[in-house]
Amino acid sequence: MDLMKLSFMLNGEATEIMVDPSDMLVDILRERLLLTGTKKGCGKGECGACTVIMDGAAVNSCMIPAMKAMGTTVQTIEGIGNPNQLHPLQESFMDEGAIQCGFCTPGMIMSAKALLDSTPHPDGAQIKEAIAGNICRCTGYVKIEKAILSASEKLKG
Amino acid sequence: MFQAYYMPQTVQEAMDILSGHKGQAAIIAGGTDLVLDIHEGKKNFSAFVDISRIPNLRSIEEEDGFLRLGAAVTHAQANRSALVQAAAPILAEACGKVGSLQIRNVATLVGNVVNAQPAADAAVALAALAAKAVIDDGTTCREVLVEDLYAEVGMCKVNPTKEIVTSLLVPVQKKRQGSAFVRLDQRKALALPMLNVAAVVQLDESGERFEWARIIMAPVGPGPVRGFEGENLLAGAAASRETIMQAAKAAVKHANPRSSALRGSREYRLGVLPVLVKRALEAAVIHAQKD
Repeated sequence: MDLMKLSFMLNGEATEIMVDPSDMLVDILRERLLLTGTKKGCGKGECGACTVIMDGAAVNSCMIPAMKAMGTTVQTIEGIGNPNQLHPLQESFMDEGAIQCGFCTPGMIMSAKALLDSTPHPDGAQIKEAIAGNICRCTGYVKIEKAILSASEKLKG
Repeated sequence: MFQAYYMPQTVQEAMDILSGHKGQAAIIAGGTDLVLDIHEGKKNFSAFVDISRIPNLRSIEEEDGFLRLGAAVTHAQANRSALVQAAAPILAEACGKVGSLQIRNVATLVGNVVNAQPAADAAVALAALAAKAVIDDGTTCREVLVEDLYAEVGMCKVNPTKEIVTSLLVPVQKKRQGSAFVRLDQRKALALPMLNVAAVVQLDESGERFEWARIIMAPVGPGPVRGFEGENLLAGAAASRETIMQAAKAAVKHANPRSSALRGSREYRLGVLPVLVKRALEAAVIHAQKD
């Protein structure tokens, strides 16, 4: 079993790493690159906790073979904002109480970011569609949707 | 597990890799079904041939009254395509029902067909639209109606270690044609369909009589099931509530759902199926009557 070289842009940085052809992207991110913000909830694309953005689209990294990221631009939760300047989504999630246990949060924010990147002024239905693939067991979703709307308004100005 | 991951740039390259691996390599596009099957031990290959980067497989084009959708076209792409929304609206709608946005962003229509689950949303719409799959086996290309590709549940007549479906050909909607897609599900996302019904109808010029109808129901058999008895009742009949109701009841004659914890009981689904067919036909007629 030969390792293959995976080259891609990760959170704005050119990244090269040797991977096994059977590795999934989530494991490369978490175990090899130590970016543990992306979570594994189900491992089969049914919860969205592993959501990252690949070439502008939200995807479930648990079911993407790592080699599929070759030549792509990937963004994880670690690539959103920084401790000194939070992204409006991060601020709004905190301000609106959209975080309880926090496990779904990275995936939710990545789905929301993918939405706002392509649709800066989403309506309620578009927000629901964007997070329909992200399961939250704590909040009941209402505050999450509110936070996304609030972030989109902040980004407007 | 897999020992190699190839990313060919042409269909010919992909075919060469397949034949070189003598049945041990398989095509992957989005992989959202295939990867899970491999993780669950249901399928096993030694090499993957990823066709999602082949340039001419990623396009949606109109040619000679057909839409050609390449094998790497994703559900998200088809759902958002103005071409698909205009020429085959139920296909755009059905693609928008698959899984979740994260899945739709990578999963493909052709994968939805080749994975051969009977109620796969895009495949049900494609069957109703009389869409064809274009299959390249290395020597020739053949066109097969999507509805004819189902051998048994989960078994497609295309062999992914030897053949590549390169595109889907979908007839462009004509004047006085209408269509509808009705899905019964437990949730609005991340839910497999309990029942999928798709109807495509052709009315006459006046919009008051059927010329023909195509009714697809799933999962009520190994593949999408045609409601022939209902279709026959509608041919030449008035486009009225009464004929539609009779046709809906007749259409379900060969529907044979099993009882399933995931999809619902046989009794319940046989009970609601005629209602879903009726709704689909009524909506398709309204669509066809619009100017």
